[in-house]
Amino acid sequence: MSDAPNSTPIYQLRAITKSYGTREVLSVATLDIARGEVLAIVGPSGAGKSTLLRLLNFLEAPESGTLTYRDTLVQDGTIPLALRRQVTTVFQRPALLSTTVWNNVVYGLRLRGVRDGRAAARAVLDQLGLSPLAHAQARTLSGGEAQRTALARAIVLQPEVLLLDEPTANLDPYNVGLIERVVTELNRTQGCTVVLVTHNVFQARRLAQRIAFLLNGSIVEVADAHTFFESPRDPRTAAFVNGEMVY
Amino acid sequence: MSVVWDGFREGMRLLLAGDPYLWEIVILSARVSGIALLISGLLGIPLGALIGLVRFPGRRVVQALVYTGMGFPPVVVGLMVYLLLSRSGILGPMNWAWVPELFTVPAMILAQVIIAMPLIVGYTMAAVAEVDPNLRLQVRSLGATRQQVTWAILREARLGVIVALVGGLGSIISEVGAVTMVGGNIEHATRVLTTAIMLETRRGNMDLAIGLGVVLLGLAFIINLIVAQLPGRGK
Repeated sequence: MSDAPNSTPIYQLRAITKSYGTREVLSVATLDIARGEVLAIVGPSGAGKSTLLRLLNFLEAPESGTLTYRDTLVQDGTIPLALRRQVTTVFQRPALLSTTVWNNVVYGLRLRGVRDGRAAARAVLDQLGLSPLAHAQARTLSGGEAQRTALARAIVLQPEVLLLDEPTANLDPYNVGLIERVVTELNRTQGCTVVLVTHNVFQARRLAQRIAFLLNGSIVEVADAHTFFESPRDPRTAAFVNGEMVY
Repeated sequence: MSVVWDGFREGMRLLLAGDPYLWEIVILSARVSGIALLISGLLGIPLGALIGLVRFPGRRVVQALVYTGMGFPPVVVGLMVYLLLSRSGILGPMNWAWVPELFTVPAMILAQVIIAMPLIVGYTMAAVAEVDPNLRLQVRSLGATRQQVTWAILREARLGVIVALVGGLGSIISEVGAVTMVGGNIEHATRVLTTAIMLETRRGNMDLAIGLGVVLLGLAFIINLIVAQLPGRGK
């Protein structure tokens, strides 16, 4: 299994397992995520992609193994608040607060006691084409607008790590394009590490520098995007890339 | 029919003329039920949020107890508080300063807290459980502490929490059994709207009874009107 090639890993996962009841949903022998990279985790539904993302956001604890974030060992899924606040997730379904777009976007800043975040919030709203909707109630937004609000709420925090869980599933090409552009820009200009979970291999190819293929809770292959698509080592990866059913 | 109409007219006259006896009762009712609601809310909302949000052993038993408490007959609560506070009861003989005496306002407040609290806990519990679980995960992912997550969920469930408070208030302001037993309906001391209506009806003072009834109905209407105006109510 190849590790991140060229920088100190921001995450190190070793012998991680996670079960729900008696069903083991994740078993990752080793995975390093490099600081500043865009890593896509692809795989069929039920492969354990979202579970892995929740572990990376310290929302759940692994059963066994070690998870290290910036050289700090995550114990029982917990980590000092200051480190935890460097990581945030945009989920597939944008869970917005029942208030305005503006209040949603500044919510994370308020949690951190940031008082001078208005300019940053305005800039992010502009970037995602949400300025005209700043005072709209979240419940009145379309699916694309809601997901852009969720992304704005995450990136206004200038996170070290942005976790994206199928962020563009069921969105139209305009919204997909806009969200992908903003994520790419965030990675390039701010060096934000991005971990993208998707079952869309085309999106993985467009956004990621490295791709991991997850199947039945285990990582089959991790490779740079070119190798992953052009000369995968594992036949199951080749089959998945070619759109075949993989179990 | 003329008895009702005459009673209503005279009741309204007393009310508008600022009859001191009537207004004393109205003010005492508001004071007793207001303080009881404040205490029930301060204890019941966090407790309801805790039971609704945190998984712990025996949670279902606690939930069943709360739901049982929601249907508790007020007169039984009155009996319990009476037995607790009477001279021959459990706490009465102790003479502790913090234990209220029977036939006083604090005893009435205690009974009303016991009536209102299960309702507030139960409705709050149900309201927070209705909030999208993904939102809880999302709020944590945005860096919220445990307390900030709880506050965010309560804010999302605010309509349900307000309904819990209104339900609690409705149950105590219109309650007669428990306040009669532990308050004693003493003039200028523990006489509230419901006990006074009962007494004045028995005395044949229909005008006063109707005037007090109009105040009680008016209070209920105003409370419901406020709830109806809440944002999101019409969703």
